[in-house]
Amino acid sequence: MPARTIVFEPSDRYNAFLATCGRAEHGDGPLAGVAVAVKDNISTRGIETTCASKILKGYIPPYDAHVIGLLKEAGAAVVGKTNLDEFGMGTTTENSAFGPTLNPCDTGRVPGGSSGGSAAAVAGGMVRMALGTDTGGSIRCPAAFCGITGLKPSYGRVSRYGLIAYSNSLEQIGPLGKTVTDVSTLMSIIAGYDRHDTTSLNKPYDHTPDADIKGLKVGIPQEYFGKGVDPQVAGVVKKAICRLEELGAATVPCSIPSMEYALAAYYVTCTCEASSNLARFDGVRYGPAPDTKKSWHEAYQEVRSHAFGTEVRRRIMLGTFALSSGYYGKYYAKAQVARANIRADFNRILSEVDVIAGPTMPTIAFRLREKSDPLSMYLADILTVPANLAGIPAISVPCGKSGGMPVGLQIMGRMYEDERVIDVAYAYEQAVN
Amino acid sequence: MVTEDDVQHIAELADVGINKDELGTFTSQFNAILDYFDTLDAVKGTAAAQSGLFNVLREDEVEPSLPLEDVLDNAPAQEDGFIKAPRVM
Repeated sequence: MPARTIVFEPSDRYNAFLATCGRAEHGDGPLAGVAVAVKDNISTRGIETTCASKILKGYIPPYDAHVIGLLKEAGAAVVGKTNLDEFGMGTTTENSAFGPTLNPCDTGRVPGGSSGGSAAAVAGGMVRMALGTDTGGSIRCPAAFCGITGLKPSYGRVSRYGLIAYSNSLEQIGPLGKTVTDVSTLMSIIAGYDRHDTTSLNKPYDHTPDADIKGLKVGIPQEYFGKGVDPQVAGVVKKAICRLEELGAATVPCSIPSMEYALAAYYVTCTCEASSNLARFDGVRYGPAPDTKKSWHEAYQEVRSHAFGTEVRRRIMLGTFALSSGYYGKYYAKAQVARANIRADFNRILSEVDVIAGPTMPTIAFRLREKSDPLSMYLADILTVPANLAGIPAISVPCGKSGGMPVGLQIMGRMYEDERVIDVAYAYEQAVN
Repeated sequence: MVTEDDVQHIAELADVGINKDELGTFTSQFNAILDYFDTLDAVKGTAAAQSGLFNVLREDEVEPSLPLEDVLDNAPAQEDGFIKAPRVM
């Protein structure tokens, strides 16, 4: 059967795309002819894949990521590659080497990150659904900031084969869409076992969202409404939680004491993993050619200092430092203890309640260039990183506005109960629409 | 506290290069971030091994792989089917 094509020539006012396929091929299947955008850190055979970094400018992957193969089998048309913070390192998509993406709800504001291009492409009506990746909130944050839905799946449910690695133990590929149903549909295509990813689990997702949440127990952690969380945002989210109660859910106050250490544990872990993962970018096998007449270190430093952005170099250096002799015990080893404590806290709470709810982000979308200090940017991730450290599924669903900008309600669930967080988000969405 | 010399040393270890005019900013940002990381000092104990984890291995059997041309396509400097790299020795 010959492949058919769709024409995809959007006016990209938000700089959501780094590359588009004017004519995108597709086959038959449940997603026949549906335009799907893909974050540019996911390998696409024959389509330039840059991670929004100058070090991969011109890189054409010789193979497809596992999820891309699944999209094609489902008949989807991969219509383009979306902008991101370089290698996924950021919360605004301003750290792209190819310019920031703008928020379709207010072009003076950031779309969130790092999957900001994917979220803007969906929110701006250019595609119905998109793939992003979430290492510490990179799907949920832009979903919240742009007023769409995004799911970080349970670790292991979606293959990472062909995802250009930044922090392997934390990141997952996941779906973004305008509706919970679209997110659920895309999840059913991409989830499942892949022998090329040693962390892949045989837990396919075959689920139709169900809005009945009568009797559901929802944990409300005090830390998600405390210091650093904008009171107006907290108010919007509390109202949304009242809506869940009206639908028959029961709320239970709870506490996650280990949250205090979550952000530090997250940044130590991800920078350490990044320092190792990004060592492969030397310009030799792909990327800008190093001067082969110079010595190895000299040539390597020259390429990397020019082709990596500031945030990427900062994280590589932080990770290198944290893993260096004499500091490993102080930083990396402690971070792993803190991570185990967080996992234990979530296990404990989720043995008493079915899901945990709170805001996705502590504020609405920042203005462009509002956050210039790296530490204050890192602090914005405080409510999203715990799910990555624990490996559990988490979804962000739009739940109203504050100051005219969208606010996201975050639902976190037990490990491998992605279906349940989808159902809660669906119940809320159906009740308010 | 890390000094500018420390940051210079880390940049060399990480092979990311650093300019004189970046050094001050990187150093102060590093100190702010590392101060924040110090919250981990209060974490006690050791991490218990996570249960349910096991190694995933396969037999060491040769399987089809990408054609050589496809793999070399992205290499900016090549010679006789090899990738050219800076000298190591």
